[in-house]
Amino acid sequence: MIDEARPIFVQIAEQIEDDIIAGSLAEESQVPSTNEFAAFYRINPATAGKGVNRLVDDGILYKKRGIGMFVAEGARARLIQARKDRFRDEFVRPLIAEAAKLGIDPDQLSDMISTEGVTA
Amino acid sequence: MTYNPAHHPDAVVRVRDLTKRFGKVTAVDGVTFDIRANTITGLLGRNGAGKTTVMQVLTGQEFATSGDAQVFGESPAENARVLSQISFIKESQRYPDDFQPKHVFESAPWFFENWDSDFAARLVSEFRLPVNRRIKKLSRGQLSAVGVIVGLASRAPLTFFDEPYLGLDAVSRQLFYDRLLEDYAEHPRTIVLSTHLIDEVSQLLEHVLVIDDGKIIIDEEAETLRGSATTVVGMRSAVESFVAGRSILSREGIGGLASVTVGALSADDRAQAARAGLELSPVSLQQLIVRRTHVTEKEFENQS
Repeated sequence: MIDEARPIFVQIAEQIEDDIIAGSLAEESQVPSTNEFAAFYRINPATAGKGVNRLVDDGILYKKRGIGMFVAEGARARLIQARKDRFRDEFVRPLIAEAAKLGIDPDQLSDMISTEGVTA
Repeated sequence: MTYNPAHHPDAVVRVRDLTKRFGKVTAVDGVTFDIRANTITGLLGRNGAGKTTVMQVLTGQEFATSGDAQVFGESPAENARVLSQISFIKESQRYPDDFQPKHVFESAPWFFENWDSDFAARLVSEFRLPVNRRIKKLSRGQLSAVGVIVGLASRAPLTFFDEPYLGLDAVSRQLFYDRLLEDYAEHPRTIVLSTHLIDEVSQLLEHVLVIDDGKIIIDEEAETLRGSATTVVGMRSAVESFVAGRSILSREGIGGLASVTVGALSADDRAQAARAGLELSPVSLQQLIVRRTHVTEKEFENQS
């Protein structure tokens, strides 16, 4: 579940983001405590806290004093938009660059994607 | 690696230029480090690197040859006020001949004011420890379980686990890690974990100290170390041109293939490596330490 390549707190934050995007953590619902995340993922509680705090800083989660942590309103739409931006940077742009290098024009590329979409 | 000791205001352990010699052997050679309050710190390294000696000085069982070691702001040597706050669990713990585990647990509250007998009882049942058997008759793993239970249930403000699980099977070790994390989360305290099973504990650690040949060679947050090295594998010429000018931690090769471990890579670096047809693989904390301490992985795993 947790890989060696990247900081654990980043992976914890992404895991929570995935749960919000998938809808298993609904907006305005309470998320597990830092200690519960730590026990579940078998990681240091300080590390889990760092992941959660990152989402608080981003406005995805917010704290209710003495009660716990909640998913902010609008968090899902914002996360999806951020992931779309990243998808364009990490996948679409390199794809177009590689296609240009191979002499595949935009129409051909578009055809290839449609064909893949049918078979997938 | 150049190393700059951080001065933490919340350090419970403060070691400055500590040296310990046994006759002509220098076991600890001028080390300086802090251990912050309420963290789980890994004290890692090969056997004979000086880990146990450091812990013996910090727990008042050995005197420093030179330098300074302070625990809770005082010297630990012959200092009851400091030692009453320390629990030191070691592999070679000895007990009186006719002792049974229950005697150990019954006497523990005398030494540890935070002792939780309910927690100890729960651990006894989870580890399936026979409490009425003479300690001499226990298996190696059961003997380790006695130590682990004392270390956890004592809830000492500063707890050292020195290779605590000789003979414990994988299930029991996981139980130890799980209960350690849970109890630490509920009752924050300072824990120092010394082990050669680095991959098993790497996710538990907040801070990592690596000692090699009596010297501290890594003093770093665990999260900073994670992802701080990457192994690049591919055709020798492509690998060599990619790693040129980078800091190289280790280098291996066979025939036309090369495998070189370098420092952290940026997203651009990764894209460049992918275009060059190179394969990148993450380096675990254990592999990183093996590469930094110049031993083969096999040598490292064989010690215990």
